[in-house]
Amino acid sequence: MINPAAILETRALAIGYRSSGHERTVAAQLDVRLQPGNLVCLLGSNGAGKSTLMRTLGGLQPALSGQIIIDGQPLGALKPAELARKLSLVLTDRIDAGNLTAREVVVLGRTPYTGWLGSLSENDHSKIAQSIEQAGISPLLDRHMHQLSDGERQKVMLARALAQDTPLILLDEPTAHLDLPNRVEMMRLLHTLARDTRKAILLSTHELDLALQTADEVWLMHADGTLLAGLPEDLVLNGSFETTFARNGFSFDRATGTFVIHRPVDTAQIYLEGAVGPVFWARRALEREGLGISRYRDAPCRISAADTPDGFEAEIFFENLAFKVSSVQELIRQIRPLFPLR
Amino acid sequence: MMQGDQRSGSMFVFLGVLAVALFCLDIMLGSVAIPFKEVFRIITSGESDNRAWLFIIEKIRLPKAITAILAGCALSVSGLQMQTLFRNPLAGPSELGITAGAGLGVAAVMLAGGSSASMYAISQLGISGSWLIIGMASMGSAAVLSLILLIAGRIRDNVILLIVGVMIGTITLSIISIWQYFSQPEQLQEYIMWTFGSLGGVTGYHLYVLSAVVIAGLLLAFASSKSLNALLLGENYARSMGLTVGRTRLLIMFSTSLLTGSITAFCGPIGFVGIAIPHITRSLLGTSNHRVLIPATCLTGTVLLLLCDIIAQLPGSQTVIPINVVTSLLGAPVVIWIIIRRNNLRSAFS
Repeated sequence: MINPAAILETRALAIGYRSSGHERTVAAQLDVRLQPGNLVCLLGSNGAGKSTLMRTLGGLQPALSGQIIIDGQPLGALKPAELARKLSLVLTDRIDAGNLTAREVVVLGRTPYTGWLGSLSENDHSKIAQSIEQAGISPLLDRHMHQLSDGERQKVMLARALAQDTPLILLDEPTAHLDLPNRVEMMRLLHTLARDTRKAILLSTHELDLALQTADEVWLMHADGTLLAGLPEDLVLNGSFETTFARNGFSFDRATGTFVIHRPVDTAQIYLEGAVGPVFWARRALEREGLGISRYRDAPCRISAADTPDGFEAEIFFENLAFKVSSVQELIRQIRPLFPLR
Repeated sequence: MMQGDQRSGSMFVFLGVLAVALFCLDIMLGSVAIPFKEVFRIITSGESDNRAWLFIIEKIRLPKAITAILAGCALSVSGLQMQTLFRNPLAGPSELGITAGAGLGVAAVMLAGGSSASMYAISQLGISGSWLIIGMASMGSAAVLSLILLIAGRIRDNVILLIVGVMIGTITLSIISIWQYFSQPEQLQEYIMWTFGSLGGVTGYHLYVLSAVVIAGLLLAFASSKSLNALLLGENYARSMGLTVGRTRLLIMFSTSLLTGSITAFCGPIGFVGIAIPHITRSLLGTSNHRVLIPATCLTGTVLLLLCDIIAQLPGSQTVIPINVVTSLLGAPVVIWIIIRRNNLRSAFS
């Protein structure tokens, strides 16, 4: 397999904090590569060191040891102005400059290319227009930053990073503070951008399911300071996700790619069958109630769920009884008394 | 963008016309009112039939008006730079104790040097004396500014930084007080007169020296406008866009110290101009772009200081009130207005 040149590579990188001779290592022995055109999601629980890694890769904080190689050159050997043409950042820093318009913020992205007074050339203008279009923020241009919603502001900051015209973009939790539609929109945007512009995009996020759907590669950071890189599907199948996010009270379900918050407290006594959609949602509701789903058809209770024009319909068979229900709520109401909590 | 450009353009014209008008008015008005025609003739040709008027304009009012312009530009541009550098809407030369630092420098010259180093003696020293006092005042400003900058690195809270600034100002003033306590009455009177602030004390070659320093400081500030713009997004973003933050900070500090130090040295501590003018200018132009803001701030500063000077003359009367009093009376309400208008101070500096 041909391995194209990585735009970002780390060799035995150790990250952490150093203050007055005292070193605190957050993660060590990090060897990862980031290819052009790839969207990589950095995942890990809070405190695993995602932000530290992002800051170190972005040149905002020194590495403890090891090397970061950007576009073939060690990070330390690049002058700030050179680095600014290779790597752009979208940070979680609050923007205090509320009086700036969205356009002014995007224009600032051209800083590494403009002369000492910051006058814009023909090329600058076209890059700015292109970034505005790619991020889809043309309706926002004349609005001030403090008038924008969190999602809009995040897109403006992305447009600014695009205007910086770098082969590598790092985004620290770009989906934090966004509502679900905006999170999906942002991930979709980044995914398309990576494909269309051949930029390498690395982002840290807590959005597991979105990351699993959009990432070309996932970097999993463990609390013990190690990092696993791989295709999201491989990491799910080999159990890495489960170990990374293992906690009491919930678990990562390999079969559905989601977190199971409510572990069945009961032994599996219900068998579910029928159409895919109704079965999926009925299962969620039953598990929330602490009712285990059995794999065997001869379980004490059998539910046969079906799609209807109204959405949902199910038949419950318990011992020699049979009920019909027409909503999940009704289903739960009928099932609940059959299996009293112990 | 087009709208913004047009708005800035017409604002520039308006402020420019206003500045010229106030400049003329400032020269016309005072204890003796001189008609505009005569003022125009004296300024353009340097001649007049009335010898007294010629003297008043050439030796008193013209230098004073020019000093007002210099002070207006210098103080408001240093305020603007400090607000961006500290990301703090309430930063300004007098608020963070920078003027007090300059005062310490001046006190060092005036009070420490014994009777031979009074303001009068310094004016006798000529050019080297004015350089001495500007140098000391700028160094005093720079010392306080670096101290504040050092503390600002550890404190992210604007209000706390402001309190620290006020404290440092207080410490500086206390040192000056100790100095005053052990000084001769004549020196004291001189120093206290200086603290009232005056635009009228700068004449002859002092004016040339002051102009040169202020213009240098303003050019330096204008040259930093691209860096100041990048700093609007915060230091991390500025760094990621290729800015050498340390060097930029030093440059801004140097320019601010020159501007505040030189004006404070010659005109005394003039309060509230530095904090209020940048805010007024931003709301007039609706932009945070320093390439536009710095020249515009100069114009607004000029307009305000000329206006304050005209008021301080109490036209038609024989008395003059200290300029510091007038700027405070006009400036303090502006600061209160800023605080009331924007409840969230943290997001209000630009």
